[in-house]
This record gives sequence, C-alpha cells and structure tokens, in this order.
Amino acid sequence: MELVCPAGNYQSLIKAVDNGANAVYIGLKNETNARHFAGLNFTEAQISQAIDYAHQKGSKVYCAINTYPRENSWHKWAYSVDQAMDLGIDTLIVADIGVMDYIRSRSDSFPIHLSVQASATNPESLNFYHRQFAIRRAVLPRVLSLAQVSKLAQTAPVEIEVFGFGSLCIMAEGRCYLSSYMTGESPNTQGVCSPASHVRWEDRGDVLESRLNGLLIDRFGENENAGYPTLCKGRFDVGGKIQHALEEPTSLNTMDILPELYQANVAAIKVEGRQRSPAYVASVTKAWRQAIDQVVKQNQKVGQETIHKLAEFAEGKQTTIGAYERSWQ
Amino acid sequence: MKLSLAAVPYFWSKEAYFDFYQKVVNSPVDIVYLGETVCSKRRSMKLADWIKIAEELVIAGKEVVLSTMTLLEAESELKYLSNISKQKDFLIESNDMSSIQIASENQNSFVAGCAINLYNSRTMNRLYRLGMRRWSVPVELGKDDLAPLVSVAKEKGIEVEYQVFGRMPLAYSARCFTARHHELPKDDCQFMCKEYEDGILVKTQEGDSFAQINGIQTQSSKVTNLIDRLKDLKETGVDIARIVPVRAEDTLKVIELFANVINVHDDVSDKQDLDSLTGNYEYCNGYWLQIEGMKLVAP
Repeated sequence: MELVCPAGNYQSLIKAVDNGANAVYIGLKNETNARHFAGLNFTEAQISQAIDYAHQKGSKVYCAINTYPRENSWHKWAYSVDQAMDLGIDTLIVADIGVMDYIRSRSDSFPIHLSVQASATNPESLNFYHRQFAIRRAVLPRVLSLAQVSKLAQTAPVEIEVFGFGSLCIMAEGRCYLSSYMTGESPNTQGVCSPASHVRWEDRGDVLESRLNGLLIDRFGENENAGYPTLCKGRFDVGGKIQHALEEPTSLNTMDILPELYQANVAAIKVEGRQRSPAYVASVTKAWRQAIDQVVKQNQKVGQETIHKLAEFAEGKQTTIGAYERSWQ
Repeated sequence: MKLSLAAVPYFWSKEAYFDFYQKVVNSPVDIVYLGETVCSKRRSMKLADWIKIAEELVIAGKEVVLSTMTLLEAESELKYLSNISKQKDFLIESNDMSSIQIASENQNSFVAGCAINLYNSRTMNRLYRLGMRRWSVPVELGKDDLAPLVSVAKEKGIEVEYQVFGRMPLAYSARCFTARHHELPKDDCQFMCKEYEDGILVKTQEGDSFAQINGIQTQSSKVTNLIDRLKDLKETGVDIARIVPVRAEDTLKVIELFANVINVHDDVSDKQDLDSLTGNYEYCNGYWLQIEGMKLVAP
C-alpha cells in the first residue's frame, strides 16, 4: 500500500520523502492544479530538483494538472503537460478529458492517475476512463462508504487510491460550483475554493465575523476556535435554526479503518494538504508511514494514541471518518 | 431558439408529477427532460410511469429526453441507469461518465448534461466521437467560455443548450442535507424532501440568501433569469434555452413568458408578467456575464 503525500514547496517535498512517502504530489505555479494559492507550488527548476531528490531516495513525484481548461486558456494546460512530461515527472494526476486526450496524443503509455476532481464513483465510470485513456489509477471522491470503496477496489479495472487524512471536501469533487457562485472562482476553473483574496475578517468586539465576498460565513464568540471561512463549513440560518447546514469545520482521518482499506486491496492512501507547512507534512507523513507499516507488516490495528495525536493537526482539531461511515451521510 | 424543460429536481408525489406534465403537454415548450436526477431513494415514479408521461408528450409533438442520475454509487443505481442508457426509444441525458460509457457501448446518442465537465473543444471532440449530440453547458461557464466552442459544435451538428431560468445545481454530496436539517440519518430520511416543493432556503445569519438544499443536491438560492438576455444568447449561438422547474404553477407561467419572448416578440415586453413572479424569487445572471453566479446585473 503506497503512501502519497502533499508538497506545496521544495522543503515540504524533502520532509515527505525523508519521512517515508512512497510518492509526493506537487503542482505548477498556475491555475492548472487544484491548489492554486499564492506562494505555493513549483517552478520548472524546482521540479527538476524535486525529482532528483525524490528519485535518489526511491520516491516518486506526481504532478497534478487536475483543473478544467476553458477553450480560451487551453494552451496553459497543454504547456504545463509538456513541461511536466519533459522534466521527467513519474505520473500526471488529471481530471479533464481533453487534457487526458492531449497526453495520449503525446504518449500511449505515460502513467495517468484519474484525479479526485473527475468524480468517478462507480465501476462504469472507471471503465470509461480505463478504456478511453488507459488510466492506471483512480483517486476516489470522499463521498463513498467503506463498503462501497471496498467493493470498487476489488472489482475496478484500475488501482484505487483514497484520501486518508486532511481537509474534508464533502461534495463530489469537480462537480461543486458553490465557490464560483459566490466569488467567481472555483476549483474547476481557477484551482481555488473560497479563495483567500475574497476573505474578510471583522472584529466586532466580542464577536469575530468571517466573510467571503461580503457574505457572512460565520460568527465566533470569544472562546470559539475561528476557522477559515470555507463556504460549506459556515453556520447558516435554515428555517430559523442557526446551524452548520452542510458540514462542521472538521478534517478527515481514516486511520481507524486502515486495516479494512488494506484488506479491500486499496492501492494507495493520499494525504491532503499541499497548502500546509513542511512541519505538518513531516509529522503527518511520519504517522501514516508507521500506521501503514504496522497494518501491512505486522497485521496490527493502529493505536488510538496515534490517531488522537493526529487530530492535533486537523482543522478545528476535530476529525471524522466522513462518508466512509454511513451514519455521517 | 428552442425551449426546453429540465427534469424536476425536487421530490414530488406521483399525482403532482402527472398533474404537472398534463399541463406541460399543452405548454409551448419544445423539449422535455424526464426522470430523477438527484436521489435514487425517491421512488414515487417507476420507469414505466415516466415512459407513460413521455409517450403523451411525444403525441403532443414534444421531443422527450430521459434524464439520469448525477451521483451514482450503489449497484441498484447503476442497474436502473443501465436500463435507461441502453433503451432505444428516447434520447438520454447523461449526467455522469457511467451513463456515457453505457450509452456509447450500446451505440446510443446522448445529451451531455450540465454535470458533465465539458470545458474545451478537445473534450467536445472526444465526446462527439462517443455519441454526444447535444451539449448542456456546465452552469459556471459564461458567454466568453461558450463562444469559442460554438463553432466547433455547429461544425459537428451538436446543439448547445444553456440554462435561462431556475435554480442552478451547484453541488452533490454523499450527505443528505434535508435529512440533516431534520436531524435524521440518510438511511432513515423519512423522505423529508417530499415536504418541500422546491427545496429549503439556507440564509446567512444576516439574512442574505446562500443556497437551497434539496436532498444530496445543493442548488443556488437565487434563480437564474436570462429573459432579458435571450437575444444575446441567440447571437452567441445557443440553440436551446433551458428552464429548470421551480414550483409547478410558477414553472408553467415561466414557460409561457419565455416562449412569448422567443417566438413572438424577440425581446422582453411582458416585463409586468415577469414582475408578478418576482415576489417569489430572487434573480441572478452572473455566470452568463463571466462574474460571480449570484450577481444580478441589469441590462
């Protein structure tokens, strides 16, 4: 079982490799990937350096080109594919059919992993990408139950990768336009959700307000932990009740069900968080390396202590197994 | 420009559906999409019921398209999808790649629904080769995104369809938000969505509208309304104006209004009639104008 870790910069990549990631995924400094944040991602020179370092230590480097190019800016995506392939990236993580078609026009066999942004949740959808583009692996959206993931992993024509830890996106990825509805920028087109450029914090004495493009996402009292105003995790008014109408500010942690995922033939566990610090990448990678080794080599469940310790790194210090557990749905 | 009516996104009773489509039969709409697109647990209508309505609409001269689900997970859902995607009597609307896979394998043509991420000509060409005959544009794309694809579509005879009225489908989740609002688990949802003819409004704590929850689907709270932009759509090359149902009675009025502008006046002159609906809905048109979807810009 492969451990796939995030790197938003070269330092994080070193930390991921040194702490036992089998593969590290990165993005270019533009809107071709789903973490298009200021100060993040890799230049051409840094990619070469990253590949050299990772390969020396026996790790792979994947590049996410997983947003959806619109016709007017198609050339940026094509150029990014050219760059990544020419620099010697091991695998491209892709969501758009046009981009996959372009990669296949360059090479019949270059490894493609289907990005979570393609939202493939069933065998027929996986068959589609397998037959059309000979994808090697698919990353599943965080909307399936453990039973559904297990079944898919056992019958799928391709390897299955699932999210193990990090920010929890509760919508079928690649099909959520809430962010562009509110801000004009979405994960699909700009590689951002609830972009920082549209966030405003307002201190009103005993209440702190978070806003996204002017709309109030949440209000925090003095003793509350004020989280980033991701639009689906705010408190809203539904029929007079103020509630987390969609989701609470919480992170995903599937360490508890790791043995089941391994039994189900899941090929890889992905850690989310290219936007997080090198220290975060180091700690989380280390914990997951230990957990996977324990499950794979010693056939042991991961101790609760390790799982609780991981929660320290989670959004709002809360974690959930998310949709893997049906009661969450 | 033709006028289409998208599948009802909400959960109505069998009587309500039959009553609604009985009236659609006599309405000036050209194309009608039928079926459940949101949640497979909603079973007030069997496939045979939809076919019955479809046949009546065909007799009345409408083109009927069978719509399919967007988020498919369970085996039973795929089986139902497969039945629709394999049949040869009606064109199908694919809202997931699984449907395109099954349709193309069976040499069936399909409409790429707005939940299919077709953002560029390379994708369009590929899907055309697999049987796509109509492109229902993803909701977040606007005029400038669309324009360069129109010529590609025309060349291949692909029709371009754009939503001109109704709430926009903005997200799909494993979680049922309607059940969550009622503090019920999805597996025991008690079909609470049946209580809401057009979903539940979610507002900010300051009272601004934010979203409309409809089972596992999250819609825009505001209603797209491009009645005063139809000329612009036509000039850009949109072939079909798509109305997404809101409340049944209002939807029928909206069809009349849009048909009147498209077929009779070629411009808005029934402003008063539209205003009569405004009390019920908050409008937006931002996506067409390449800005935030929730914004409304006066012409």
